[in-house]
Amino acid sequence: MSTDAAVMQFEVRPEPGPGKKLLPDGVMGMVIFVFTEVMLFAGLISAHTIVRSRAAGEMWPPYGQPRLPLEETAINTAALLLSAVVIFFAQRAFRRGVGSARWTFLASIVLGIFFVASQGMEWAALLGEGLTMQSSAYGGFFYLIVGTHALHAVAAMLGMVWAWLRMSKGTLTQSQFSTVQVFWYFVVLVWPVLYWKVYL
Amino acid sequence: MAEAAAVGAHEHHHGPQGILKYIWSTDHKIIAMQYLFTGMFMAVIGGFMAYVFRMQLAFPGLPVPGYGVVSPGEYNALVTNHGTIMIFWVAMPVLIAAFGNFLIPLMIGADDMVFPRINRLSYQVFLISAILILVSLFVEGGGFGGAWTAYPPLSSVSDYNLTKLGSSIWLVAVALEFVAFLLGGINFIVTLMNARAPGMKAYDIPVVVWMIVIASILFMLSVGPLIAGAVMLLFDQTLGTGFYDPTRGGDPILWQHLFWFFGHPEVYVVLLPALGITAEIITTFSRKKLFGYKIVIFTAVATGVLSFFVWAHHQFIAGIDPRMANIFTVTTLLISVPIAELCFVYIATLYGGSIRLTTPMLWALAFIGEFLIGGVTGIFLGASGADIYFHDTYFVLAHFHYTFFPIAIIGTFAAFTYWFPKMFGKMMNDTLGKIHFWGTIIPFNFIFIPLFVLGLGGQHRRIYNYQNFPELAEMQPLRVLATGALIVMLVFQFVFFWNMFKSWRSGEKAGKNPWKANTLEWTTDSPPPHGNWPADDMPKVYRGPYEYSVPGRDDDYWPQNIPG
Repeated sequence: MSTDAAVMQFEVRPEPGPGKKLLPDGVMGMVIFVFTEVMLFAGLISAHTIVRSRAAGEMWPPYGQPRLPLEETAINTAALLLSAVVIFFAQRAFRRGVGSARWTFLASIVLGIFFVASQGMEWAALLGEGLTMQSSAYGGFFYLIVGTHALHAVAAMLGMVWAWLRMSKGTLTQSQFSTVQVFWYFVVLVWPVLYWKVYL
Repeated sequence: MAEAAAVGAHEHHHGPQGILKYIWSTDHKIIAMQYLFTGMFMAVIGGFMAYVFRMQLAFPGLPVPGYGVVSPGEYNALVTNHGTIMIFWVAMPVLIAAFGNFLIPLMIGADDMVFPRINRLSYQVFLISAILILVSLFVEGGGFGGAWTAYPPLSSVSDYNLTKLGSSIWLVAVALEFVAFLLGGINFIVTLMNARAPGMKAYDIPVVVWMIVIASILFMLSVGPLIAGAVMLLFDQTLGTGFYDPTRGGDPILWQHLFWFFGHPEVYVVLLPALGITAEIITTFSRKKLFGYKIVIFTAVATGVLSFFVWAHHQFIAGIDPRMANIFTVTTLLISVPIAELCFVYIATLYGGSIRLTTPMLWALAFIGEFLIGGVTGIFLGASGADIYFHDTYFVLAHFHYTFFPIAIIGTFAAFTYWFPKMFGKMMNDTLGKIHFWGTIIPFNFIFIPLFVLGLGGQHRRIYNYQNFPELAEMQPLRVLATGALIVMLVFQFVFFWNMFKSWRSGEKAGKNPWKANTLEWTTDSPPPHGNWPADDMPKVYRGPYEYSVPGRDDDYWPQNIPG
């Protein structure tokens, strides 16, 4: 019995071939990094939710603090989501080696820059109306969460500009493009959640 | 990033020469050594801190030889930084970063990590964080003294902690350390997934590699909320925000949730690699297959999942809802089940084996025995009723030292003595190793068993001088006993350093496979060359890692790379 089991267990395996990769190294690394980022934003959002629920019965936003601009930010949100759609087509074009990929990709970057710039203008207006990090927990969380997202968006912009320059020179690899793309999808897709939890 | 890997591989052959080779290298073995020796250096500092504050507790007010008189503020800074350093700058860099870097590529048959330059960056960030935490002890006002858990408002308001600069630098150092392990963790996970030797399937991976990678995943998933919390704390300290200030709409308990949501998985982040190390050593020195290989892997994953649902057992008396406390009591007691199961699995592996009591084997066996004490005492603390009495006493302190000491010190010594031949190409002296082993294990129990008794007697933690508490002052002999045992244990560490130095200089040469073990790292030279194996002769894998004493074979081991 035991010998039988041993024989069955130690059946000689065929000569192993090279292993298959689920995803290229860079893309895989970025996907894992994005999981950490998701948890970072989950931490921020749950902190915000706890503090906001403690203020139940009181006004949120607190008395005397400005309201957040819902409509302008909705337009920004639309621009951001559109950028994610555009980069999807840019990636498809790039994979097929179509020359127009450069311009599609550039459109996506421009939409991203539009988002960052108009968020910056929104901040300037809110600061002018007296909403600061120190003015209330409401203001603190607004700048903390939206600011963290803005930092990610700027980092993604830098990465995408780097990728675009390499694409123009013809040295960008598929894997590098996908790595940047995964990070941009994260930045775009986390935003509607932030808009829902912080603005609405 | 694929390009980064390519350039990194390129550097193996045309990289910097001379001393630069050791401080600017992308080779995973060199980076492992950097982490190992930085961790050891920090351990010496952490041990010295323990010596100073234990002397203060045993002989309050008297000058400590080698330090001087300890002031209350210094006492707080010493206990805080002892805890911080031992967990973040000793346990994590040595167990995960050093052994992870050394073992993962060697055990899965890869020439290096997938991202060698990110790996180098990881160590450099870690080094900066280590320098920062040491600098924070010497700035104006002294080092941070608000406990390693840094609860606000003590940590956030400088009028309370009196260490404005020290507490901010402490926080930045901890945050940088997390960045370093984030970079390292991504590397470990991707390397295991993408760079395994041909033929190495999921269940052919050695348990220690599984454990380090599962620990990395736990770390990656738990660290985000703490980074969020740390940024908020830093803003409260420096920008005057009120995230943790209830008078301004904030919530001080919020920090405790964010901290322990990371802090409890962190226990398993360091425990799992130590369990993995033990599995390797026990199978090799009992010449038996690991009992229930798949069970061990699944159990580790289950433990990891559960570890995200136990954090509030640190907060039973922080004012959380008692109904919530009940839920966390159940999850906390549940998590002892998989860990107990792993202990049984290891004992079952020993059963009927031909056991060789070498130095690494002694350490591995001691790990199981001592960790068991830590686990059993944890049950009292996990029960929310009993915890009302035990909370913040020396019982807690002794409990978590019975978990962390086996993990960070016993586990490290087990791994170090086991892989020393592979790292340095020489055998360690077994007699000196055993003297060091007994000289560490016996005093260790004499340090912490008295502290259990003190805790049961009601002695609270983080108190500078117990002479002011009449009912605690009479237990002074137990404090002196613990301090005496600590000094004995610290003295015996010189045996280890002597053994390490002497064996490295003039030890007996180790062949490729001195322990007759199966895993791939034993199939290359000791120490392994750059690239680990000749590029045209990379190993292939034909079977699992624990095929010892297979019936019908002449040898009692069967390396993974031998066909047929």
